[in-house]
Amino acid sequence: MDLTKEEQSALNGEKGDVLQTAYRILVATGEATNAEKLIPINWAHLSGVNYNTIGDSGEEFLRTISQEAKVKVKTTVNPMGFDFDHISEFNHIDDDFIQKQKSIRNSYVKMGVEPTFSCTPYDIFDLPEKNTQVSFAESNAAIFANSLGGLKTNKESAFSALASAITGKSPYSDLRKDDITTPMTIRMKLDNPNELDFGMLGFFAGKVGDTSVNISGVSQPNRRSCKALCGGMGTSGTCAKFQFVDNEDEKSEKIDFGKEEMNEVYDELNTAEKGDLITLGSPQLGLEELSDLSKMLKGKSFQKRCMIFCSRSVQEQARSLDYTNEIERSGGEILSDCCTCLTPLIDTNETDVVTTNSIKGAYYLKNSTGVDVNLKPLSKIIEDETK
Amino acid sequence: MTKVIVNGKTEGTVLKTTTPINFLGAVDKKTGMIHDKKYDIFEKSIKDKILVFPHGIGSSVGAYTIYSLKANNVAPIAMICHKPDLTVASGCALANIPMIILSKKEFDSMENGKELQIDTGSEKILT
Repeated sequence: MDLTKEEQSALNGEKGDVLQTAYRILVATGEATNAEKLIPINWAHLSGVNYNTIGDSGEEFLRTISQEAKVKVKTTVNPMGFDFDHISEFNHIDDDFIQKQKSIRNSYVKMGVEPTFSCTPYDIFDLPEKNTQVSFAESNAAIFANSLGGLKTNKESAFSALASAITGKSPYSDLRKDDITTPMTIRMKLDNPNELDFGMLGFFAGKVGDTSVNISGVSQPNRRSCKALCGGMGTSGTCAKFQFVDNEDEKSEKIDFGKEEMNEVYDELNTAEKGDLITLGSPQLGLEELSDLSKMLKGKSFQKRCMIFCSRSVQEQARSLDYTNEIERSGGEILSDCCTCLTPLIDTNETDVVTTNSIKGAYYLKNSTGVDVNLKPLSKIIEDETK
Repeated sequence: MTKVIVNGKTEGTVLKTTTPINFLGAVDKKTGMIHDKKYDIFEKSIKDKILVFPHGIGSSVGAYTIYSLKANNVAPIAMICHKPDLTVASGCALANIPMIILSKKEFDSMENGKELQIDTGSEKILT
């Protein structure tokens, strides 16, 4: 990879340890993606915020580099483990976890990030103009940015996005170019798909697709379904982009996603018929989804605990528009700064099975939290679990 | 074709899986054990091994898992893949773990238990 004089001197350590580390990461990821140079980016979104996932070494690493490192471009961050406003209601979370999470939060703030604690930066901010180069580490956000937001990003890792935030640069990899080839088309064969079906389509596409896939047979899914598709796709593989297409490219390989393929995904992730707890939000819910939810819950009450995850900024907007009244009256608990994935708020001593409509959530509930999962679309959750 | 992603010099024994690795979900960062039953190297330790696997998958936070393995002294001494990905590349870069990419054919010829020397500064990287 060709580096400018300035980049080379930073890599050689002439501009301090932090920049040397950042450039070492950028060079490795540049080599990995066959990039010929580094280019400027103007927004980084970081993962690696939840103490549950980065642990003691991650906490220590961030505490150390935050003594020196400052972000150079607008930088937003993924969810933490929990919502500080509600942590006293969860007795099973120990004080060590709370202190370490606080330290991680403080390290990021010290580096100058915007404390969004959200996996849905696209729901919080207006997106920059088309073709803007960004570096998003959260997989659903990277896929959303590339596929629906008109932006360009690699499916960054926690460290490559952090290196981008500190330097304002990223390798000019294939995904950042205009002419990326898409050799596979997935033919959606399900009629009237709901958001759960779209999540499963995404999970399937992520497994069979490489860098980018075409999806045919889909007409204008709503935002909830689009987010479910991005979340599912980001969970299962390396695919970082999709395009909805009307006509199938004759040259591309074609794979059907029908009942049989759907059942395979469903059987992999649905491991129980009834949940003890409901979670909504992975990806965190947006304003439109909270508005829909408040209408769907009119006059109804949840018969079991239901955690509803959204970003703090979306929660504040929803409060000012009174969408939260009906949700909280029905018994829904609105939580911010965290989400279904990898939150310690789900007490595994009390919970065996979680009901959710999220494929991404289901994968992490099963594989990381260690509970069984009951998958249902939102409409069915409300039909079965409220009175 | 052998491509260097992270430089280094080391020698050791190959531990190979043909299943892509999700570091966040599949590896115990405190012990270096594979704790996901789906893998053919389930319950094996990747500590001090030359870890050979197709590529990384899953969460971008897997890079922190690689860094934690190193901080906890249970990391592989090198990684060899046949498809590069950003999570493994950046994790190895920060943790100073040599990482190289092999062609599919060279990758397929890697055998479990093989003794290997890696020197990315030398003309013949693998011996």
